[in-house]
Amino acid sequence: MRAFKLVFRPEKCKGCELCRSVCPKGVIGMAATVNAKGYHPACAVNQEACIGCQSCALMCPDGAIAIYQLEEGDQ
Amino acid sequence: MKPIFEYTKGMTDMPTHYCPGCTHGIAHRLIMEVLDEMGVLGNTVGVAPIGCSVMAHQYMNVDMCEAAHGRAPAVASGIRRVHPDKIVFTYQGDGDLASIGTGEIIHAAVRGEKFTTFFINNGIYGMTGGQMAPTTLIGQKSTTSQDGRSKELNGMPVKMSEMLATIDGAAYVERVALDSPAHVRQAKKAIRRAFEIQQQGLGFTLIEFLSTCPTNWGMTPVKALEWVRNNVMAYYPIGVIKEPAKEEQA
Repeated sequence: MRAFKLVFRPEKCKGCELCRSVCPKGVIGMAATVNAKGYHPACAVNQEACIGCQSCALMCPDGAIAIYQLEEGDQ
Repeated sequence: MKPIFEYTKGMTDMPTHYCPGCTHGIAHRLIMEVLDEMGVLGNTVGVAPIGCSVMAHQYMNVDMCEAAHGRAPAVASGIRRVHPDKIVFTYQGDGDLASIGTGEIIHAAVRGEKFTTFFINNGIYGMTGGQMAPTTLIGQKSTTSQDGRSKELNGMPVKMSEMLATIDGAAYVERVALDSPAHVRQAKKAIRRAFEIQQQGLGFTLIEFLSTCPTNWGMTPVKALEWVRNNVMAYYPIGVIKEPAKEEQA
């Protein structure tokens, strides 16, 4: 089964939660910590469930999300 | 690891000044992604407007020019005529395009100027604090329509895309929404098509984006997207409004 890895840039995130609202698998949550701007940045709370649909990255207004497909040998 | 989505190099690394959840960021990224995929980032000139997106030239990684309020189409006309081999676009909000710049945009379309306009319609003046715009919906509250816009007092919201589509010089007009991933993908296709029609020299092209202003609408970003879906799209239907006839297209 294909596995995906979400990479967030918390310093870019403004905590608007659009990514969380469109994720069909409930992968994304908001961190308890705050970033330098004072927002709770998005983070992956259920990474294994990601299906790589890119909905979160398509809706992110601030370019805080990148998605990678894991290949053999990746951690 | 194989990348399947990375932030486009068409955008600079500068953090945007937009409010959380503002769809300007999505529109910026889509335009730059398309230019990057077409391989024309170094051959494009953009014209930034006045409004929230006044700083767009800081974020878009292409040559940009700043125009006076509403005058982006005039500046873009000049650039495109002097550099007919370049891709030229203007990026304008509804206050800029539908209010102070109405005359400019209509006559650019009448002349069939071969640039593309990206029209961000969020139905409110964002930068100045949420005043009523020509595109504000009936019943929508703003700081200058505190009981909601009324038809008797303010008239109906103007449908710029339909109006411009009646002009012969306009080759391609489409309205898209940025409320869901599916519509964002559709918007990207529309941008690509507009640039291709511009390259073929068929005439004026315009893409209208139904956008949000969570701050001045007084909603969370997620609620604002729902409002676009339920209210804005009911008055401003999305889809192709005008396209070149099949035989015109190469």
